Amino acid sequence: MDLKKIAFDRRLEVLDMVYSKKSGHIGGSMSCMDILTSLYYCVMDVQKIKEHHEDRDRFILSKGHCSEALYTVLADCGFYDKAELDTYTRFGTKFAEHPTKGINGIEIATGALGHGLSAGVGMAISLKNRKSDAHVYVLMGDGEQAEGSIWEAAMAASKFELDNLTMIIDRNRLQISGSTEDVMPLDNLAEKYQAFGCHVITCDGHKYKELLPALKERKAKQPTVVVANTVKGYGSSIMANKADWHHNIPNAEEYEQLKSDLTKKGLEVE
Amino acid sequence: MAKVSCRKAFTAKLLELARENDKIYAVATDSRGSVTIGKFAEEFPTRFIECGIAEQNAVGVASGLAKDGNNVFVTGPACFLAARAFEQVKVDVAYNKTNVKIVGVSSGVSYGPLGGTHTSLHDYASMRALANMLVLAPSDNIQTEYLTEYLAKTHQPTYMRMGRGDVESVYEAGESFEIGKAKQVYDGTDITIIACGETVIVAKKAAEKLKEQGISARVLDMFTIKPLDTESVVKAAKETKGIITLEEHSIYGGLGEAVTHVVSELAPTKVKILGFPDEEVKIGNSKELFEHYGLTPENVASEAKKLL
Repeated sequence: MDLKKIAFDRRLEVLDMVYSKKSGHIGGSMSCMDILTSLYYCVMDVQKIKEHHEDRDRFILSKGHCSEALYTVLADCGFYDKAELDTYTRFGTKFAEHPTKGINGIEIATGALGHGLSAGVGMAISLKNRKSDAHVYVLMGDGEQAEGSIWEAAMAASKFELDNLTMIIDRNRLQISGSTEDVMPLDNLAEKYQAFGCHVITCDGHKYKELLPALKERKAKQPTVVVANTVKGYGSSIMANKADWHHNIPNAEEYEQLKSDLTKKGLEVE
Repeated sequence: MAKVSCRKAFTAKLLELARENDKIYAVATDSRGSVTIGKFAEEFPTRFIECGIAEQNAVGVASGLAKDGNNVFVTGPACFLAARAFEQVKVDVAYNKTNVKIVGVSSGVSYGPLGGTHTSLHDYASMRALANMLVLAPSDNIQTEYLTEYLAKTHQPTYMRMGRGDVESVYEAGESFEIGKAKQVYDGTDITIIACGETVIVAKKAAEKLKEQGISARVLDMFTIKPLDTESVVKAAKETKGIITLEEHSIYGGLGEAVTHVVSELAPTKVKILGFPDEEVKIGNSKELFEHYGLTPENVASEAKKLL
C-alpha cells in the first residue's frame, strides 16, 4: 500500500474542498494527514469501526478544525459517499468545519479545543472495565496544548493506567497567531508528558517508517504519547511553515500552484 | 414530616440502582464527602471515577464513558459543575447528546457562609439556554428518589440540582411525578405560587398562611425547569388572579422569567418574581439569606395579597 500516495491524494481533495467552499483549515490538515492515513489504512481495524462494533478502535480528532482532512479519509475508506462532501459547510449540511455528530465514523463532535482527550480517557476507562481489546487514539494540535483541560486529562490517563490510549500531537510548531513558542512556549513537550506519567515517543510525523511503529507501540499500565514532528502546510513551499496558512483560502493562482506541488510531491520516491 | 437532604436521597437511590445496572457510573471531583457518595465508591470502585479537582475533565470523561454505552452521573458542587465545566456541559454533553447527568449538589446559596465563589444562582439560566438539556430541581427526598430512578432508565443529557441541608418532605413516600408536568401541591382559585427546588416547601407554607386569611392559593412544584409545563402555567394564569414565582436563583433567566415568557405570549397576567436580585449576595447561612431576600412564607403571602 502506497501510504504516501494515498495521503497526497487526500491532500488534493482537501485543497479542492477548501478552495471550492472557501472554508477550512488547510495548514493543519496538511500536517496531520500522514497521521490520519497511518491510522485508517494501517493501524486501526476500519471494518469494525464501520460496523460500529462494540470492540472497535476509537479515533477522536481533538483538533477538530482539521475536519476536512478526516472527512476525506473517511470518505475514501467508504464511511460515506465522497459526493456527500460537496455539501461541506453549505446550509443544512452535517459536514461542518468541525466534526459533527451524525456522520458515520465520527465518534464525538469536537471543535472547542482541549475536549477530545477527556472524552478519550472516558472511553478508554470503559473499554478497560469491560475487558475490550479496542484502542483509543486522540489527535491533538500543538497550539491546543495550552488548554488546561488537556493536562487534567493527561493526569487522569496516567492515574487510570490507560495503556489502551494513545495521544498524538501534531507538532507543527505553528498556530493561528504565529510560532507556538512565541504564543505559549511548549518545548520539552515530551518531558512534560513523561513527567505526567506517560510513555512518550517522538518521531517524524511525515515518515511512515517512524510513524507506524510509534502508533502501534504500547507500554503496560501507561498511556502512550506520540509527539509527531510535522510541517504545517506540508507539501508545497507556498504554505509550508507559514502561520497564515492556518486557515488561508488559496486564490486561483495559488490553487494551481498548490495542486501542481501536491501532485508532484505525491509521486516523489523517498 | 421527615427531614432528609436531597443529596443523601440521591446517593442512596443511585447506589441501589447501580446494584441492578452495571452501566451506571459515578464521576466525582474530590467531592465524595460533600455529595455523600462514599458508599458507591467503596462498593463499585471501577465504576466510581474520581477525577480530582478537575471539573472540566470530569465532564469530558463522563461524555467518553457515556459514548461507550454507559449512563453516567457526574456529581459535585453545583457552583463548579455549572460554571467551571460549562463548556464541557455545552459541547460534550448537550451538543453531543451524551447520556450524562450533571448532578450539582449544595446549589443556590447552600454554601452561603463560604461566599460568592460558592453560590450557583445562575445555573437555571445557563442550562436552560442549552438545546437538548433537561433541567430538573427536585423539591424533597421523595421527588429526588423518583427523578434519580427516572434518570437511571433514560438516555438524556440532564442537569439536576439540589441543595445541601435537610429539607422537610413535601410528599409522602410512593408519590409519582411526570417529567415536564408541574406537580400541583395545593389547588387554589385566587392566586398561584409556582416554586421549584427547596422553595416548594416555602410556597406550601405560604399557601397555608393565606388559607388562614381566607385566600385560596394554588401551589405548583415546577421541578422540571426545562421543558417547562406551559399548560399548567397558562391554566394558572387564566384560572387565578396572578402568579408568584419563587426560586433559589437569580431573578434573571430562571423559573420566574421562564413563566413570564409563557404568560406574556399566551395568557397575560400579573407575575411577581421572587428570587435573588442582581447584586452580590450577602454572606450568611441559607436560612438567613432566604429571610433577607424574602423567600419566606410570610413574605410570599404578603406579596400574594398585593397581586389580588
